[in-house]
Amino acid sequence: MIERVAERASVEIRDVWKSFAVDGAEVRALEGISLTVAPGEFVSIIGPSGCGKSTLLRLVAGLEVPDRGELWVDSSPVTGPSLRCGIAFQDHRLFPWLTVAANIGLGLLKTPRSQAEKRNAIQRLVDLVGLTGFENAYPRQLSGGMAQRASIARSLAAEPQILLLDEPLGALDALTRARMQAELLRIWERERVTVAMVTHDVTEAVLLSDRIVVMGRRPGRVREVLTVDVPRPRPRNAFSLATLSAQLAELLEGDLDN
Amino acid sequence: MTQNVLRTRVDHRAFVVPVVLLVLWAIASSLRLVDPHLLVPPATVAATLVQMLGGADYWSAVGSSLARVCGGFVLGGAAGLVVGVVLGVSRIAERIGAPTLHGARSVALFAWIPLLTAWFGDGEVAKVALIALAAFFPVALNTERGCRQVSNALLEVGRVLEFDRWTTVRRIILPAASRSIVTGLQLGLTTAWIGTIGAEYLVDQGTGIGIALSSARIDNRMDIILIYMLTLALMGLALNLIVRRNVVDD
Repeated sequence: MIERVAERASVEIRDVWKSFAVDGAEVRALEGISLTVAPGEFVSIIGPSGCGKSTLLRLVAGLEVPDRGELWVDSSPVTGPSLRCGIAFQDHRLFPWLTVAANIGLGLLKTPRSQAEKRNAIQRLVDLVGLTGFENAYPRQLSGGMAQRASIARSLAAEPQILLLDEPLGALDALTRARMQAELLRIWERERVTVAMVTHDVTEAVLLSDRIVVMGRRPGRVREVLTVDVPRPRPRNAFSLATLSAQLAELLEGDLDN
Repeated sequence: MTQNVLRTRVDHRAFVVPVVLLVLWAIASSLRLVDPHLLVPPATVAATLVQMLGGADYWSAVGSSLARVCGGFVLGGAAGLVVGVVLGVSRIAERIGAPTLHGARSVALFAWIPLLTAWFGDGEVAKVALIALAAFFPVALNTERGCRQVSNALLEVGRVLEFDRWTTVRRIILPAASRSIVTGLQLGLTTAWIGTIGAEYLVDQGTGIGIALSSARIDNRMDIILIYMLTLALMGLALNLIVRRNVVDD
């Protein structure tokens, strides 16, 4: 298999504010968020629902524009959606009228490559996410986990410098989830891409991340950034992870009480 | 597919009402309950039918009407597709064009005839223009609605993958709207058929089922009128079968 050597990028979020108009009233989603993600780092963003973590990811992706503050990817400002950032949404958002291979190929439409090169690239991604044999399946024929993997493959197709994952495993059952977590790690290591993943699962964050950004609720602020100093591969039941999980859970529960 | 089979299989009970009507008609005629000029006896109609099926006039009327509905439907449908996509995709075009489209559509179809005949004369062009209009509105409106209702979730995928306008239309909007577009085309075909008979009846130059009906009315030939009405009913049924089969195939 051909290894690709992508340029990993950093992400810099500088004092970003964002609010939305909901039924005529202004709702603050983010209030002064600052965060730096190093090239090649795996960062999880965790927090209660409604804390603005998805909004933060959408801002990095260029799908939303901040009211104040700046976002930089690899020392150039984010001005809109770009192939530099691949994003996999919580709902897989595969096109129902296209096969798995064609869906992944969408990510290659805007890249100047020959048909043969594109075919190879698609096959490589299909193999990478473990969907070999399902190239010609339609999304409705896939299980939730398979659809999510196809979606991740599509977001990787244009060889992004940053992979943004918005609760990619949120809708999966526990067993599939555990397997997908291992796959995510494998993809991250193989693709050598910077990952920012939104999750509300403490175990998942601890198991996968280099650092965990804990966000607080309405308006969204960064409450704490935890570093996971545990070498990989990390066994699920490692003591050091349990301590960290407990610490995280306590942080999140404390937020609910406020 | 199973549904398809069910739909196209003819249920014998469907013939109950026509047969009862036929029997009542025969009884009423033979007992002379009604004026035979107003309700011709079935035997007379059958005799005329055999005669007409053997002649050229009947078939040329049917053929002309079919050719007209095809021509009008292709023209109007194509225009409807283009207008529908433009209005459905561009917000500016929608602001400018949609109110006019919705206003024009609320004008009853046959109210266009005086205008069309004044512009194009009492001939073929006016008829085809009316049929095209009949097909245009349902196609344009359904296409517009379909394009507008494409989920934002899919459009965002296009934004993230840096699709340009044309790629977005071709790869996301048109496939996502295809169901609405097909519905519009089916409706358009039905209204085009109604428009065809109406246009022929009201602009009665040349040949066609509507024209034949019009002249049979002037000649007071109830048997011919009944035969053409029967023809229309059968053709309408056939059209419905085609249209419905496509819906189920989706």
